[in-house]
Amino acid sequence: MKNSIAERVGDFLKRYPPFNLIKPTLLFDIASQVTITYLEKGNTIFQKGDTSHEFIYVVRDGGIGIHYDNGGIHDILNIHDKGDIFGLQPLISKDPYQVTATANEESIVYSIPVDIFQRVTDNNAKIQKYLITVFASNIDAPYSAEIAGKIFVDYLPNQAQDLVNFQTANYTKNPITCDEDSTVQRAAIKMSLHKIGCIIVVDKSKNPVGIITNSDIKNKIATGLFPINTAVNKIMSSPVITGKKGLTVAEGQLLMIKNTIGHLCITKDGTVNTKLVGVLTHHDVLTSLGNSPTVILKEIKRAKRTRRLRSARLKANVLLKRYLEQNIPISHSIKIISQVNDAITTRAIELAIKKMDAPPPVLFSWLSLGSQGRHEQLLFTDQDNAIVFENVNESTYQDTKSYFLKLGQLVTSALNKVGFEYCEADMMASNPAWCKSLSEWQTQFKHWILKPDEKAILLSSIFFDYNCVYGDKMLISSLTNTIYDTLAETSLFFKFLGRDAVKSPSPLGFFRQFLIEKTGEQKELFNIKSRAVMPLVDAGRLLVLSKQVRDVNNTAERFEKLAELEPENKELYNSCSYAFKALLKFKTKQGLQNGDSGKLIDLETLNKEEKLKLRRCFKPIQEVQEVLKIRFDLKNFI
Amino acid sequence: MVFNWFQKKKKSYPDFWETYLSSFKDHEKQAIPETRFVAFDTETTGFDSKKDRILSIGAVAFKGKSIPVNNTLELYLKQDVFNPKTVEIHEIIKNNKLEKVTELEAIKIFLDYIKDAVLIAHHAKFDQRMMNAMLARHGLGELKNECIDTGTLFNKSKHIIYKENLKDHYSLDDLCTELNVAVTDRHTASGDALITAFVFLKTLARLDKRKHLQWEYLLSR
Repeated sequence: MKNSIAERVGDFLKRYPPFNLIKPTLLFDIASQVTITYLEKGNTIFQKGDTSHEFIYVVRDGGIGIHYDNGGIHDILNIHDKGDIFGLQPLISKDPYQVTATANEESIVYSIPVDIFQRVTDNNAKIQKYLITVFASNIDAPYSAEIAGKIFVDYLPNQAQDLVNFQTANYTKNPITCDEDSTVQRAAIKMSLHKIGCIIVVDKSKNPVGIITNSDIKNKIATGLFPINTAVNKIMSSPVITGKKGLTVAEGQLLMIKNTIGHLCITKDGTVNTKLVGVLTHHDVLTSLGNSPTVILKEIKRAKRTRRLRSARLKANVLLKRYLEQNIPISHSIKIISQVNDAITTRAIELAIKKMDAPPPVLFSWLSLGSQGRHEQLLFTDQDNAIVFENVNESTYQDTKSYFLKLGQLVTSALNKVGFEYCEADMMASNPAWCKSLSEWQTQFKHWILKPDEKAILLSSIFFDYNCVYGDKMLISSLTNTIYDTLAETSLFFKFLGRDAVKSPSPLGFFRQFLIEKTGEQKELFNIKSRAVMPLVDAGRLLVLSKQVRDVNNTAERFEKLAELEPENKELYNSCSYAFKALLKFKTKQGLQNGDSGKLIDLETLNKEEKLKLRRCFKPIQEVQEVLKIRFDLKNFI
Repeated sequence: MVFNWFQKKKKSYPDFWETYLSSFKDHEKQAIPETRFVAFDTETTGFDSKKDRILSIGAVAFKGKSIPVNNTLELYLKQDVFNPKTVEIHEIIKNNKLEKVTELEAIKIFLDYIKDAVLIAHHAKFDQRMMNAMLARHGLGELKNECIDTGTLFNKSKHIIYKENLKDHYSLDDLCTELNVAVTDRHTASGDALITAFVFLKTLARLDKRKHLQWEYLLSR
């Protein structure tokens, strides 16, 4: 019988190695035995220690992360994309998996039975060689050196041992260069244009002869030692220190330490007599090894591809985990992660604008909404965002709108690749309803405020916590002005917000037990988000809006500000702020543990002290709700 | 019970039909991950269940989230009814080189394939109607399987604030765009069946995120 699906599977496989090395008829035999599996984000394919499966895997769509876990040390080794083959352990030995494979995003994976694959590829040396390289480069840290060394001792060429011992240094390819006779000024312009800290001077045959760094310019030009039209070869450091293509991070670092330099020229054969192919900077080394906020932020600012942004964000998660373990104040962690998130959004927008056919036709701002807008987003959660663009006349409106919609699509899709899932309710800048001109937004907010209904209140928890991440701040000020002017005209909106803020009663029930969710699968879980975090967020927003306080979005900071403004309630507000931070920490820890947003807490996993702590957070919720009821006269409204 | 009912009618059915019916005997609802689903699609000469005929049937069966490629169904039917208007869509030209079976053989193979599985189709009503019309032509009863329509299911997965914007009609291409399903082999029965299976799995994942899924909810209209 004809099997078109198997044919299509074969058509896909043959585009990628090692399947491109297999004869079509044999490939069809493989393809017809494939199982196609759909994976949700976070689904695990195999776990470290699992007995090896009878399958090897190929990514059809999405991305599969390979993780290494050892007593709390959690490393992401690689993220496999479309067409990548992974999980090769069963081809090597019957030993259990050394690593864990998890869907990094929604993915589709082909499982190929090992026996048929081996039958088809057994005598093909090229395929064997390819698979070995894949296996070796996948498990690339010291913990696998031993295993890989043992297994591949027969196959591996000598220098490849290093390849297995350390990962290959990820240097900058196609580095920025200048000729020997160009002026320092021209070189400096090039450097600032490309936002780089050094430039390599090359001769006619593109061999590196010298290097100029920021400090050369500072020490030799800015001090007046040389004029700016000096030829570069007068001030450059020469000769340069070189390394060979494919050197490892460890080798690169050693060379830098030995020569006390921060930049290494990578050439074809590792000497100055061959063509320059790249530059390895101290920063590159740190990026590969280290994990500090500054390094992550730099990596984001220089990222040229979404993939880089994703790896930076994943590193931030590792950092966050360490902060929590070391009991670093949560307000500090919030600031750092928020900065990382904002930097990623900014970079994603910059990259998207480059992809567009033209620069933005008018001024615009990119708003983060909801938890990112409040700077409370510690883990990967849904993205909520919107675009405000300058008012334009009717004739150009359609073109302008479609430009920004396109931009919105590019950015949201990039953010999705980074790990921020699409908003379930599609509250994103790619949605025509949330990509509007300033006057349209002003009308929209007026409408919500003056004619509040259920839907407006539902949206207010997202839209009233906006924060301008990118673009023109003046647009946002005018929007904020309109909102506060309109709020002064009515009190009804506050009542609606108030009703919403008190609708979730204190999480402690009649018997001082936790009120836990009683529906379906989640029945033993406590929803910390809707029961504890959101009531505080809602209360903070309402109070801040009613006090006409501007530009304070973070819930903890909002309560601190309120404590300043209302000394009579100082104690309550401060405890709200404290409770909020504690709850956020609970939620984040839970989320890191389970690899989700952490909104559901399994009470069983908490020890007594934690339970007490959690309970203590509920008292201010109840008290602040009482304040709202009285202040906004909600007794008869509810 | 089932057999008594047939005896009263005094009509004798062919063995394969009895076998098909008997698969529903002792049929118990399994949990969703253990349930066998069959996503299927038909290519037809047109949209009139009386006049038009099925040209091909494609189906993929799965439990959980894995679809084995070696257990898919791809049937091409011998038909004398021919509608030149729809040929462009599916390119099953009459008398080309494809291996073809008669309607009766197709029914036998199809019923043996689906058994008591829960069926999934895009615009399920249409495919069901075409299948039932074909069964009736051969003196058989209607399909007994539960059937889920991917369009209806998709509407259930949308967020409450967009309920007012829901459409009655989504094309399979619409859903692929919304759910980010790669479109290959569109307009062949087995290609569409596979795409329908992905649409179903992805929609199910979105629904499952919010609530513990119950059969009643999944099957409701």
